[in-house]
This record gives sequence, C-alpha cells and structure tokens, in this order.
Amino acid sequence: MQLEPLAEDAWLLRFGDTIDVEVNARVHEAAARLQSSLAGVECVPAYASLLLRFNPMDWLDDEGRVSFLRLRDAINAALQQTSASKTASRELIIPVCYGGEAGEDLHDVAAHTRLSLEEVIARHTRPTYRVAMLGFAPGFPYLLGLDPALAMPRRSHPRMSVPSGSVAIGGQQTGIYPQALPGGWQLIGRTPLQLFDPTADAPSLLQPGDRVRFQVIDEHEYRRLT
Amino acid sequence: MHEDGLRDMSIEVIKPGLLSTLQDAGRRGYAALGVGRAGAMDESSWRLANALVGNRNGEAALEITLAGPTLRFRQDAVIAVTGGIIDARADDQQLLPWTSCLLPAGTLLRFGGMQHGCRSYLAVRGGFDAAPVLGSRSTDLHACIGPMDGRSIQAGDVLTVGEHATAPWFHSRKHVQALRWSLDPQPWLDYAQAPLALMRGDHYAALDDASQRALFAQRFSISKDSNRTGSRMDGTPLQLREPLELISEATLPGTLQLPPSGQPILLQVEAPVTGGYPRVGQLAAVDLPRMAQRRPGDAVYFRETSMDEAFQRLRECEESLRCLLQHIEQRLESS
Repeated sequence: MQLEPLAEDAWLLRFGDTIDVEVNARVHEAAARLQSSLAGVECVPAYASLLLRFNPMDWLDDEGRVSFLRLRDAINAALQQTSASKTASRELIIPVCYGGEAGEDLHDVAAHTRLSLEEVIARHTRPTYRVAMLGFAPGFPYLLGLDPALAMPRRSHPRMSVPSGSVAIGGQQTGIYPQALPGGWQLIGRTPLQLFDPTADAPSLLQPGDRVRFQVIDEHEYRRLT
Repeated sequence: MHEDGLRDMSIEVIKPGLLSTLQDAGRRGYAALGVGRAGAMDESSWRLANALVGNRNGEAALEITLAGPTLRFRQDAVIAVTGGIIDARADDQQLLPWTSCLLPAGTLLRFGGMQHGCRSYLAVRGGFDAAPVLGSRSTDLHACIGPMDGRSIQAGDVLTVGEHATAPWFHSRKHVQALRWSLDPQPWLDYAQAPLALMRGDHYAALDDASQRALFAQRFSISKDSNRTGSRMDGTPLQLREPLELISEATLPGTLQLPPSGQPILLQVEAPVTGGYPRVGQLAAVDLPRMAQRRPGDAVYFRETSMDEAFQRLRECEESLRCLLQHIEQRLESS
C-alpha cells in the first residue's frame, strides 16, 4: 500500500495498478475500516485506490503544517485494527431486458465475440459482479467480473445520448447508465430500475463494494416494472 | 404567470445571459456515489457577495458567466454583485460593483458585458431559494442535478428569494441606491494575472524532460472549449516519455490531467469524480478562484509550489477572508 499526497486536503491510498478483483476487495475493506474509525475523513473508492479527503486543520503539527505523519499513523492504525466490524456486502438483483430496442448493440457484440445472442446473454447473467466504483456520472457503477469472452471495444462513434437504464459493455468492463448520457459503450440491454434519485434518502441504488447479479426479463415484464 | 398569487419575493428572468446558474458552496460527501462538488467556481467572491447583503448561511447566489442576464424584481431587494467586473444597470442607473444596493419593487436589472474576469456573483438578501439536492443548492450542469433540474436559468423562469428581514442599512425603499462604500476587488480579482501555483502531480515524472520544463515555463492559453467541468489549455503539447496505461481513480477540482492530445485540462468543480488520464499537476487550492476568473484566450503560466506553501497560502487567504467578512458585518451594522 502506497500513500500519495494529492492536494492540501486529499491523499490517495494505492493498493495496486491493475483492475483486479482481489485488489478491489482490499480497497473496499480499507474504505469500511477507515470510514468507521477516522471521523471527518471522506473515502472515495476506485478500482485499486482509495481517495481520502480530510480537513487539513484537524491534522496540524506544532508548526502549523499539515502533519502527513500523523495522518499516515492514524491510517495505519485504523487499517491494522482486527476488531473492525466487517459488514457483509449486499447483493442486488438487476432485472434486464436484453436485445431488441433495449440493447441495440447485442447483435454487434454477438458478431464480435462469435457467440450466439443467447450465449452472450447467458454469459452476461452468469457471474456475480462487484461494484468496483461509482463514477463518470452520479450512480454509474463500474462492475468487475465480466466474462473475458464478452470483452468488446467501445464504439468508434459514441452516442450523443444513451438511454437511462442501459446495460452496456466497454472494453473488459460492464456498467449501467443511471440517466441519459453521452456514451461509447456497447448497449446490450436495459433495466427498468432507477439507479440514481438525487431526492431519495439513499440516492444511489448501488454502493461501492456491492455485489450485483443480472436477471433476464422480457419486454412485457420490462414495461410492467417501468 | 400567476402574478397576483405570488406573495413571496420573486425575480423574473427576462433574458438569461450567456450562462447563469444558482450556486452555493457545493455538494460535499457524495463523491463515492459519483456526485461531484459543483458550487461557485470563485468561492471567495461568492462568499463576499453574500456578506455584502448580510447573508450568513452560505445562501445560493447567481453565478454569471461573461455576459449577464436581465432580471425583473417584483419586490424590493437588497443585492450585491462581486467577482468579475460587469456592467450592471438598475433601470437607467449604473450600479456600483462590490457593494450593497437596494432595488425597489419593479426594478429592471440589466447586466451587460464583463470588463474584467469571467464570473460574477449576484447575491440577494435572503438568498435564492431552491430545494436543496443532496445538501446543496448548487447547479451541476454536467450531472443534471440541483436547482432547475440542473440547468442554467432561462427566459421566463421565476427565481424566488428566501425570507429575510429588511436591511437596516437602507432607510428608504423608494429609489435605487447603494452604500457609500464598496470593497476593493483588487486582491480577489488578480488583474495582473500572476502565475498560478501548481504542485507536481503523481505522473509529473512520466513527462519527458522538455515537457517537465515546459509545464512551469511555457505560456498556456485557455481554450474556448472550457466550462465548469474543466479548462482546456492550449500550448505546445506536453509529451510523456512513453504511453501510460492507467486505470481510473479519483480526481479533484484543480487536478491537471494530460489526455493523449498533449493539451492539459485543469479539472473544475463539475468534473467527474474519477478519471483515467495522467495527473501531471494539482493547482494550489488558493488559486482556484483566480483560475475561475480567467476567460477563454487568457494566458496562464504555472509556477511550481510545494504542498506546505500551498497550504500556508490557503490558511492565510482564509484568515484574511474571515477578517474581511467580519469587517463587512460590522460596517453594515453601523451604516
């Protein structure tokens, strides 16, 4: 684990430099420990790193400078605590209507991967994914665990507006567009669930570290749930 | 319009200006959900505008970009305009910037062009009212959240103002008037456009030798493709020694990213909270408001700073701002 100062009020804890399930699990474990034991420190998890935002005035040394030593010691102490309560990550089921209007690029993905439509869908619904991080836009989950056979480059001409709820593949990642956004990922389906509602108490359906499974629904079911 | 039904204080937008948005201190604590800060880009000017109308609770103000709106005040209002120096006329009277003004009901406030700076702040006593979204009345145009569902104001919008006591420093409410004193914008507006302080970023060492020198020596100019998400810097492209394969990680306002074009982008308050480009620098937080006042075409030079120096300057700036806010409060009480 490396500590890198980013700004006057922010440090980055780096756990690795690859997109890797194990590394990401350590990020979320560290986030849970630090969030519960370092008051006033905000944790922002990413694939292999954790951003810590703090109030520099809480961490001054005798000369009035930000004491990165104090902060580092507090971080290390918090990470070494064995008693930290381990909260089991949640698992959520996301219903998805694959193909057709809801997933305009499913045929392209099948052609690119040389799989049948059914096989693409089967391989996409099989794994349990992990929400590695939320970014790009509010509530947009970057999901870890895509079957490597489904990897497909982004579109050469990104769409000006990808419909809200679109489930998509970009490179070796899969994700869900929480609102209508410009985007270059390949659209394979759509969920009727609302991923982000800024007015709700819990604005994001998914939290970093959550586990996610996709479940096939048909168009009729999609319309019923919308 | 339901004119007669509106008993509350409201302001009608006749013309929206180039880009005018409601902003406060921004949204904090939701970065892990992918929600950025937004908020006033020149936070010092925003705080001073509120202070000049007697607001003390971080009320929302209107951030005006380069060309201002035309607004009809339906009720008496106490306003102040800070930040970039902008032409402002209340009916036919020229308004002084950086001071407290009274506009009687019915006044048409017309903003023109901006002579200095890029962003002005219109504060109104009581604050612009809007339902807070995730704890803030800031407009995030990029994420489409906040007042007006995350868009800039448009002609026909009606802006409401929070409840407030009348301002004791104006005795008559019959005509447009201003206080006899105003603040000196000089220390906040940086007319000389001094070099901005930049810390080396994580990937500074990955720049080739010439680009490492160029970052702190060359003249950049702000591209017209700049907005509240980021300021693009035109100049001789910066080069990496070899391409870097990076995975996305957290970014901050003030992060200087280097996309493959070699033209760095200084991330602003609405930037996505994660990004995958090399980070070659981080602007000292104290210089973010100065950066916000540079307009497309303006020159930017960076000078190297250390974390310690950046933090000391931030503390000193915060201290002098606090003194000034206190001074304004006392002066308004005795006016």
